[in-house]
Amino acid sequence: MWIETTIAFKFLREGRTQTALILVGIAVGVAVIVFITALILGLQQNIIGRTLGTQSHIRVLPPDEVNHVAPPPPGSVQLLLEDKRTQRLRSINNWLGVRGVLDQLPEVTAVSPIVSGPAFARRGDTALSVALVGVDPLRYQKVIPIGDDIVDGEFRVGAGEAVIGSLLATDLGLRIGDKLRLQSGTDRSAILNIAGIFELGVRELDQRYVYLDYKQAQSLLDLPGGITVIDVTVRDIFSATTVASRIAALSGLKAESWMQTNAQLMNALTSQKMSTRMISFFVGLSVAFGIASVLSISIVQRTREIGILRAMGTRRAQMLRVFLVQGAVLGFVGSFAGALVGCGLVWVFNTFGPKLFYIPIAPSLVPTAMLLATVTGVVSAAVPARRAAKLDPVVAIRHA
Amino acid sequence: MPDPAVVQDVLRLQGLRKSYNAGLPTEAEVLHGIDFSLARDDFAALVGPSGSGKSTLLNLLGLLDTPSGGELYLQGQATSSLDDEARTALRGRSIGFVFQFHHLIQAFSAIENVLMPVMVSRGRPDAATVSLARELLATVGLADCADKKPGELSGGQQQRVAIARALVMRPALLLADEPTGNLDTQSAAGVFDLFRRFNREFGSAVLIVTHDPRLSESCDRTISLVDGVIVGDVRHPTMR
Repeated sequence: MWIETTIAFKFLREGRTQTALILVGIAVGVAVIVFITALILGLQQNIIGRTLGTQSHIRVLPPDEVNHVAPPPPGSVQLLLEDKRTQRLRSINNWLGVRGVLDQLPEVTAVSPIVSGPAFARRGDTALSVALVGVDPLRYQKVIPIGDDIVDGEFRVGAGEAVIGSLLATDLGLRIGDKLRLQSGTDRSAILNIAGIFELGVRELDQRYVYLDYKQAQSLLDLPGGITVIDVTVRDIFSATTVASRIAALSGLKAESWMQTNAQLMNALTSQKMSTRMISFFVGLSVAFGIASVLSISIVQRTREIGILRAMGTRRAQMLRVFLVQGAVLGFVGSFAGALVGCGLVWVFNTFGPKLFYIPIAPSLVPTAMLLATVTGVVSAAVPARRAAKLDPVVAIRHA
Repeated sequence: MPDPAVVQDVLRLQGLRKSYNAGLPTEAEVLHGIDFSLARDDFAALVGPSGSGKSTLLNLLGLLDTPSGGELYLQGQATSSLDDEARTALRGRSIGFVFQFHHLIQAFSAIENVLMPVMVSRGRPDAATVSLARELLATVGLADCADKKPGELSGGQQQRVAIARALVMRPALLLADEPTGNLDTQSAAGVFDLFRRFNREFGSAVLIVTHDPRLSESCDRTISLVDGVIVGDVRHPTMR
């Protein structure tokens, strides 16, 4: 392999201009691929991050209440007029057992039972509809890092304390240490101290969410000892749907993944990913044709030298390898330069761009791009290299 | 197994034929059964007018092409049934070529060109081979040009590099196609003297294809080819 590599390098160095031109071509292609891949990945991570900053990967809910209709006796026809049942607020049966099972699942990293229901927040003669979220603060913060979004006070929901959103605080004129009266649909009420104010950046949540201790929520919502939802975080966010269906099968409860509740978003992300792949594919294809055409020209130019090398005992397979190595070297060197340029573009975007979001470069992106470019180089060199190997030395030597 | 009867001959041809476009209406036989042999110490010229089939024969002798009929024994080994791989290996090992147009590889220096046959068949050359190559370059009078590229050498110098290259594998057979065809008289004489020396010192059989009657008369033996048939095979014993 030594002589093939030596000849390949000498040939590339001798054909300086051609080599330089195709290297620039490959570099531009790879730079585009690296930049666009990083950009779309960064954009998607940003969107997913924002989405999952305020919702859990999986929500486990009690199953919907349905009417149980006895099947008709054989040989008879059943006419049915069904009034659908209302979905009243109710607890997950044996939630402690369910929580224990979920804690044991290897894909699950955090489990947080929640008591959630509607209520009114009153101050003076103002009453606003809010959503009570009774949590176990330690478990909850592993699912939603709400502590990062506190703008005043702290996330503390001990006895008699509540954490509310910034918009609700404005609407009710509340500050840290003020009192808030909560009244539920079952006419139970409680007075809580404001311990913290959060701002998630989502209007609906900042205006409606009231965090409190889950025991307090249980008594307000008349669900003694019960919980209404279990939020679950999984290790790999894209396995959420699979894990959700496993949880549903294991517990007999309803489990919804974030991908199911954000189907449109997922659709958009998938289309984006597909268009990135298509752009990369076509850019890669044109790079491949570039390499193939440059090597084809080089083979025409070197026909006589190929003939001489063959006359001097160079085997067909060696001749083939000389040109495959050239393809590989072009792909490798070109993609290295291209990856540098691509990373430079990302840096420029992060430093001088609109700064709407940050583009991280995955550590595997550059090695993968270079590996693919090298393989593309070898593959696109295959056709011209085969032609070089097949050259009849007699004809090749006579070639003017 | 080599045939003991032909083993002392470097090259032996038996009824060698070559046709082009075999099986087509345009089929044309160029060589009509060639028989001759070259011994280890032979220094021969192959002469003939244009179109007589000289080049075709030379390609067959050099294992660059395959005959349509007959057999070619190189150092006692029948070659017509060898595949491309085996023929290439045998060619690299046993045959040195000198072409009319020096045909060096432009991207490599003179010494690298000389070493090329070694490098393609055995990989990185060892110190002994490199010093042999330097000796050969010194012998052809180019000791100082070892690291120059072919483009920096004159036509005669390039041809001498090509001769050193043809000899680096110490081939049993040296084939030269109009080796002095595009050289001035003085360079041509120098090149011819080199062939002579290597024939004596290395024991390589030499076959020179040429138009030049002066060149062929300087050889020990002249084989004449006309219209694809050997018409004369004359030895000049007085020249030795």
